[in-house]
Order: sequence, then structure tokens, then C-alpha cells
Amino acid sequence: MAQSVNNGVNIDALLAAREALKNAPAAAEFTWRASCKWQSGTHATSTVQGFHGLGDEQRHKTQFSFETDHPEIFASEDHGATPVELVLVGLASCLTAGVATVAQNRGIQLRSVEAKLEGKMNLYGILGIDSDVRNGYDDIKVTFRIDADASKQDIEALVAQSQKRSAVYDIVTNPTNVTVEVL
Amino acid sequence: MIGAGHAGLAISSVLTEHSIDHVLIERGEVANSWRRERWDSLRLLTPNWQSCLPGYRYAGPDPDGFMSMPELIRHLEGFAAASAAPVRTHTTVTSLTRLDGGYRVLTDRGELRCRSVVLASGAANVPRVPQMRQALPERIESITPFDYGSPERLPRGGVLVVGASATGVQLAEEIHRSGRAVILAVGEHVRLPRTYRGRDILWWMEHSGVWAQRYDQIEELERARGLPSPQLIGTPERATLDLNVLRAKGVEIVGRLAAIRDGHALFSGGLRNQFALADLKMRRLLDTFDEWARAQPEDPGLAPAERLEPSAVPAAPRLSLDLRSGAVRSIVWATGFRPDYRWLAVPVLDRRGELRHDGGVVRDSPGMYAMGLPVLRRRKSTFIIGAEDDARDIVADLLGYLAGGGRGGS
Repeated sequence: MAQSVNNGVNIDALLAAREALKNAPAAAEFTWRASCKWQSGTHATSTVQGFHGLGDEQRHKTQFSFETDHPEIFASEDHGATPVELVLVGLASCLTAGVATVAQNRGIQLRSVEAKLEGKMNLYGILGIDSDVRNGYDDIKVTFRIDADASKQDIEALVAQSQKRSAVYDIVTNPTNVTVEVL
Repeated sequence: MIGAGHAGLAISSVLTEHSIDHVLIERGEVANSWRRERWDSLRLLTPNWQSCLPGYRYAGPDPDGFMSMPELIRHLEGFAAASAAPVRTHTTVTSLTRLDGGYRVLTDRGELRCRSVVLASGAANVPRVPQMRQALPERIESITPFDYGSPERLPRGGVLVVGASATGVQLAEEIHRSGRAVILAVGEHVRLPRTYRGRDILWWMEHSGVWAQRYDQIEELERARGLPSPQLIGTPERATLDLNVLRAKGVEIVGRLAAIRDGHALFSGGLRNQFALADLKMRRLLDTFDEWARAQPEDPGLAPAERLEPSAVPAAPRLSLDLRSGAVRSIVWATGFRPDYRWLAVPVLDRRGELRHDGGVVRDSPGMYAMGLPVLRRRKSTFIIGAEDDARDIVADLLGYLAGGGRGGS
């Protein structure tokens, strides 16, 4: 059944990798990396290329680069998305990749998947006006529009499973220990 | 005066010096919150010699000791008697409204009219408990410092203490000592050693002038007013009670309680930064003391400058706790307090329900004053030793207001 469906996901390779990692726990330990360089004002350029996994150093095919800044209404020059928008991008793309993978595994042919995200934030937090207001998002809403050969119930189950196995969903919804050092 | 605690009594004493007719309305007895709203073992965190009020000093045998609640109540009763404070006890204010040229105070025992009113009803009338309390599983008992008496009265089993203020660290220590497992959730906190260079840390606060710093010279006043109380306890041993001490005793330290979801308490992963901030601020304060000491005539009683151990961060602090697992049976909310102004029918509160005032002078309502709020006029405003200077300033403004026919003071 899965063979008749093509969402562009090599599910056989993924399942084989899952089996292989079961017997090689050290290989499953990954370290993801990013570097960031300040440009001017609130403008910074971040890059990713190397990471660690499968017991070795790994590299993306090319270095990817991301500009971040703030819009002009923040008295910035708007050279790129805001970091909080990139968080939405991370969540959206992780859930979407998950939908495709789960659909492939469940034999569901996708025709289109679109997600819209909204994160609500009260600036009283980051501006230090009200200590009861948190800095970050107080609510994130993701709305999927999915066209697929499946019932609405099956599509909802896809989306639910995608959240259950999403790294970024977990990062956003659960606490993480963070260490910041200065060299 | 509304309230006959140390703040109201201090104002009363200064008004009496100026022969100003006044009365204190007190819902209970003198020092009521100290009688009814404190736990059994509590001692003041300020040493006895700092329990000084206008014309009234501690005269006991142990100036460096710390008063228990019965001792403090006796001390304040002594002050009320010595200053012949006109206190109407067991009288509860039900509303305060403006009248032409003054105020009308309704109480459960009749009505009063006055030209001026001082709100001295305290900064800590109601425990502040976060909304997430609603999400607690049913079997977890929720306890505020007002409900707490002693560890024996808690349900058997582990206890999650939320908040690392003076209240939080004191209760965590006492509950842990009773043999219960204690987890302490730590957000922003103020770390202080009990003694520094051989002197009480509050001796330094007073003598270096840090405590006398005025509200209009503090850059981030709102922040200063919202700071949690310092991690101090008053014990005969003058012991330090910071997070290193609690950890060494076996209290489990976790990050700020961020949420309760699906029966789990979730703790912030930002604990390391909370430790770093508290250590940096403490170091800055101790450096200020050292700098002050260098500028003083040599003091042979002073030990050399000290470097305190940094707060040791647990390697991998717990991020969540299953509240249905039975590991914890109760939560103690040491998450602060707020004043209760339900009776205040004059529009002088901001959108957060806090009184809008300028160093205790309520500009929007001439003739209205406040006493005993955090950093009201000085860093020491809420401490007993801070009451006299504030009372003298407030009374000076009040005299101007009365002399001006009620049109506003200085």
C-alpha cells in the first residue's frame, strides 16, 4: 500500500535507519549547531553547516545562511525576519515535514499541505513594563490546510502524530535547560 | 491612619509630636498581621537593634538577636503604649471615599470624617498565587504562607515549595528538616549572606547608606519595588540560608515553575541564568560595601573582604514533575503578597491594582498618603528601621497639606 503512494519521502530508508539505530545508541546522539554574527543594530547573520551524528562529524551540502532583524516600526532596518518569526518557521516546517513522513508511512497520498501560524505576544514583557507578562509567545496557533486521499479523521490523526513526534513542537511546548557562557 | 502595625504607629507617634489630632483604625489588634498571618517559627530577619521606631529603641539583652513573633508583638505593643497611640481596635474599614476637603471612612463600627488619611494597612495582605493553581491535580494540597503553621500540619509526603524569597527558603529549610522531601522552584531571587566580614549583612545595608537610598534616586524603581525579599533568616546562629546551603542539606533545586499541564509541573530551563544574575547582583552589592568601608576610618572589628562561593547549579535540574506520582503531596506558594484595597473607593489604583503614589504621597487625591509599601521612599521602607524617616517625610507633607487648607502639600 505504501508503495503506491509518493510524497517524496524515502520511508524505507528511514525505517531501515530506525532499525539500525536501535542497536547503535551512540550513533543516535546528535548535536545540532548554529553560529551567529552580529552585523549592526538588531541585524545578525546566522549560519548552519556542520553537525554531529551517527558517531561522526557531518555537513550539509552547503552552508545555509539566515538574516535576522526587526521591522522599521522597531526603529530597525528590517534586513530579515525577527528571531521569533524564525521560531514559527521552525515549528511550521517541522510539523509539515512530519505530516509528509507520517502520511508516507500510513500510505496517504498528499496533494497539498499548507500551514499558517500565528504567535501572540504582549510587548510589555520584553520591554520590561509588566513583570507578570512573559517575554515569549503566550499563545501559538497553527492552522493546517491539507488536501489528501484520506478522510478528515485520518488527516487529523496525521497532524496529531506529527505533533507527537516533532522536535520543534517539543522544544516550544516543554522547558529545556539552557547554558549561556561568555568566552 | 488605616492600620496599627509598625508603619501606622510610627506615623501616629510623629503626628503626636506635632500635636495633630488623629486616630488609628485597626481591624484586629496592634500588630495584627504579625499575630494572625505568620507561621509558628518565624523570626524577624532584621536584628533587634534595627527594631527602632520614633523615640523607641530595643532595650533588651540581645541587640544582635532576631525577634520571634510574640517578642515582636510585645515590642510593638510597648511602642503603642509609649507613644500613647489612639488605636481603635477591632474596627474594620469597609469603605474610604472622598468628601469635599477630606475623606469619609465607613467602618463596621460607624463612620469617621477626616481631612487626611494615611493607608498603613500593609503591603502583604493577600498571598499572590499564580492562576496555574487551578490546574493542580485534586490530591495535591495547595498552601499559602497564610495557611502554613508548621511542617507537622502539612500532609505526609513530599512538598514542592514555589519561590525562593525569604519565605520560600525559610519554609523549604524547615519542611526539609521535618523529614519531608522538598523541591524548591527558583525564579528571580536575591541572594545575601547573613554576615559579611563579621558583621550582619543588614548592618552593612544600614551603615553604608544603601538602605537610605531614596526612591527618586533609584533608576529602575518599579523593579526595585517588585523584588522578592532577600534570602535571609533570623536564627541565633546567624546562619546563611542561600541555595547552596539548601542544596547541601538535600533540598532539590529546580527552575521557575512555568506551568502545570496534564498533571505535570513544568520548570524553566533558565535556572543557570537566575543563579548567575543573583550572584552578580550580590557581588556588586558586596563590592559597594567594600568600597564604602575603604572610605571609612579604620575599623579593627571588620574582617577582610570575602569572596563568596558562586551558587552551584545542579548539573541537570529536573524540568518536570508528575504531580500524580505521589512524590509530592502539597505545594507551598511562596510567590509573594499584595495589598488588599477592596475598601478603597477612590480611583487611585493603577491597572494592576497597585496604588499610584509619589514617595507615599497620593498625588491624585490630595491629603491621602501611604506608608509601609516596598521602597516607598527608601530602600528600607518596609523594614521597621525604615519607618521613622518615611513617617517624618510623610508627616511634613501632611502638615503642609493641612496648613494649606487642604489644597495640597509640598
